Amino acid sequence: MNMITKGLVGLRDWVDDRFPLMQLWNDHMGQYYAPKNFNFWYYFGVLSLVVLVIQLVTGIWLVMNYKPDANLAFGSVEYIMRDVSWGWLIRYLHSTGASAFFVVVYLHMFRGLLYGSYKKPRELIWILGMFIYLSLMAEAFFGYLLPWGQMSYWGAQVIISLFGAIPWVGDTLSLWIRGDYVVSDITLNRFFSFHVIALPFAIVGLVVLHIIALHEVGSNNPDGVEIKKNKGPDGKPLDGIPFHPYYTVKDSVGVIVFLILFAAVVFFAPEMGGYFLEHNNFVPADPLKTPEHIAPVWFFPPFYSVLRANTGDFFGGPGKLCGVIFMGLATMLFFALPWLDRSPVKSIRYRGTLYKSALTIFVVSFLILGYLGLLPPTPGRTAVAQVCTILYFLFFFLMPIYTKLDKTKPVPERVTG
Amino acid sequence: MSENAVDPDRRRFLTGTASVIGGIGAGLAAIPFVATFQPSARAKAIGAPVEADISQLEPGGRLIFKWRGKPVWVVRRTPEQLAALESLDGVLRDPASSESLQPEFAANPWRSEKPEYLVLVGICTHLGCSPNFFPSTDAEGMGSDWQGGFYCPCHGSKFDLSGRVYAGVPAPTNMEVPPYYYIDDTHLMIGELEEGAA
Amino acid sequence: MNKLITALVLWAAASLVFAAGGHGPEKLDANVNLGNKTSLQRGARLFVNYCLSCHSAQYMRYNRMATDLGLSEDVVKANLMFASDKVGDTMTIAMKPEDAEQWFGVAPPDLSVIARSRGADWLYSFLNGFYLDEKRPTGVNNLYFPDTAMPHVLAELQGLQVKHEADAHGDGHGGHGGPVLELESPGKLSPGEYRQATRDLVAFLVYMGEPAKLVRYRIGFWVIAFLLVLLVAAYLMKREYWKDVH
Repeated sequence: MNMITKGLVGLRDWVDDRFPLMQLWNDHMGQYYAPKNFNFWYYFGVLSLVVLVIQLVTGIWLVMNYKPDANLAFGSVEYIMRDVSWGWLIRYLHSTGASAFFVVVYLHMFRGLLYGSYKKPRELIWILGMFIYLSLMAEAFFGYLLPWGQMSYWGAQVIISLFGAIPWVGDTLSLWIRGDYVVSDITLNRFFSFHVIALPFAIVGLVVLHIIALHEVGSNNPDGVEIKKNKGPDGKPLDGIPFHPYYTVKDSVGVIVFLILFAAVVFFAPEMGGYFLEHNNFVPADPLKTPEHIAPVWFFPPFYSVLRANTGDFFGGPGKLCGVIFMGLATMLFFALPWLDRSPVKSIRYRGTLYKSALTIFVVSFLILGYLGLLPPTPGRTAVAQVCTILYFLFFFLMPIYTKLDKTKPVPERVTG
Repeated sequence: MSENAVDPDRRRFLTGTASVIGGIGAGLAAIPFVATFQPSARAKAIGAPVEADISQLEPGGRLIFKWRGKPVWVVRRTPEQLAALESLDGVLRDPASSESLQPEFAANPWRSEKPEYLVLVGICTHLGCSPNFFPSTDAEGMGSDWQGGFYCPCHGSKFDLSGRVYAGVPAPTNMEVPPYYYIDDTHLMIGELEEGAA
Repeated sequence: MNKLITALVLWAAASLVFAAGGHGPEKLDANVNLGNKTSLQRGARLFVNYCLSCHSAQYMRYNRMATDLGLSEDVVKANLMFASDKVGDTMTIAMKPEDAEQWFGVAPPDLSVIARSRGADWLYSFLNGFYLDEKRPTGVNNLYFPDTAMPHVLAELQGLQVKHEADAHGDGHGGHGGPVLELESPGKLSPGEYRQATRDLVAFLVYMGEPAKLVRYRIGFWVIAFLLVLLVAAYLMKREYWKDVH
């Protein structure tokens, strides 16, 4: 052992006497036993963490040159894109990162649906994850106003107006959120504060809780078998392997593949054909002129579609209010998933046709709703959106029934593959 | 966990290789973030060389211009003041300006291209205050060897009329002479050397 | 599982087929080449001569343009700078927006990022889409931007066109089945030269919309190449460790 290693070990021990360093390492990495049969779908958790770090770091750097002022915001973004050395790269990393965040989080959530990761004993992990997802939506919404282009401006205007649908207090509430009669400099400043301070804190905190909860009960796996039930004589799960080094090296491969795809977008298609950076957002915000067609950025539309599907004559009652309620419900229902699912098995591998069909229909409806949300509404499209909205809700409302009726296959004792 | 087929050397080598390449990658990724701290194109544009009109400058007087946000003085020295500079070597710390910042053409006792006109960044080399201008030889409290010059109110550093620092004061070097050149007899360009003169 | 994968593929395909909005005549293909420095230089000259008196480009600096287009600052100063005398300045104009609004009915927009909001094809079509129309105060109208407030500034180069409704002409200029524009009185340039000139101008506008585009692809290539090397190293390492598991 040479001097440097000796010194480092000494330092580690010194800290360890005063802080549970090795215990933390062992609990979460070195002695955290994860099922050995993780597949492709299990990369998206760590990828979400990677994107979070990208967003935090690039965000810190963007704030150094961004000006949260209605007169200067648009210009300061262009200043970053042109005058600041490498500013364009940092900005593209952040804008692409926002979209990438939703891609990986949606896939991460889909993994949960596939393998029943929300089921007992992981209900709390799922709920914390849903809070992260909601915070992320808020974070994206606040951040989207900051470039102060036409889409930023009118997108915020429309979303804030949704609150106006709430009976009695709606208009007062919208006014309170904006702090002005229209979206203005005042709104921009408070959104900036939420985007760079409040929500990042909330998200980081929730992520920590999410991981602590996960490491308390242990990871699920594609078979839905609890690996803690089969322990060897040494007390280690037989189907488990230490997270470090096995999953750290495996996840590095996944992270690098992700970074390659991410870099491809950042360097070769940062606008992604107008989905990640919209054409109209290169026109400075003009409170007197609405762009011809406004759609929310791509990650909101499924819910936006649900909102628009609720025309007054369809569900009865005031359409706008119904729309807002249903949109809220569409997101909130995910929270109830652990209790709606009555199936005795977790993983899709051992579920019957009923659940498989239901999940397929749900995913297809969700994607169609998302696609429609990007397009201007026509009567035909609205009809399709209404059908999909019903299917979307039926997935949740009928879940206690079809998961109970479903013919499941026997779950093996040990993980396969 | 290790089984019979494991070759520890191979494992160590592959881990080392991946770590080194990964480390290089992290280093390269840091470059853009470090580089954003450089002055931006706007900062450079604002800090561009400034043209100074000195046609109104009387002998013994001083004009102040702003370059890169800093005061730049142009002082027109009288023949007497110039003559006095020669006698000060003994009380100065760096009379030959060998440790101080100036363009090559200003490494002389008068620290300027044309002896008459002194161009100086008006910042004390101690801690960045801007010294006061006391051109007369009988300024109060400046001591018997005072031949006119600059006095820093912050920590008492003294400079002669060439911006050369007196010995025994906190400032370590002479005041900085910025790059400049004469556009014509009465106009200076402060902030860059004449083209071709590197 | 298979159904889900099919659905994902369908969704991805649907996202790629983006409906382009679909009204107005079909746009012409601008077909600009940012790698062609001389085209960009010609475009810059047209821009400062014809556009930069009414339109500003307030985020674009002259010296940035000089560096990116391979021109010396002195050349830019002598040939491309009429509104300013410092190469570090941005391309602003003397006309006040309020005055402009009085004269044209609407303030001419800043053109720094116009190519990013409108797209190269639209700009190229617009510049080629002017035709005579007595009903307009400017005497011209535009096929791609009906009732535009902008006069045909490039008329001396292009000459003036007239609009014919559909059928009769099959020469393709103006899209399939839509109205067709025909040159009535020629300008200083031949139709081919004019198309090239507007292509140069649009290329410059595209460059100006995002100067980093000139280096972005090159850096991206190296970044991805590096990551591929890292991927191989990481994969070999992973395989080595996972020998324990399998």
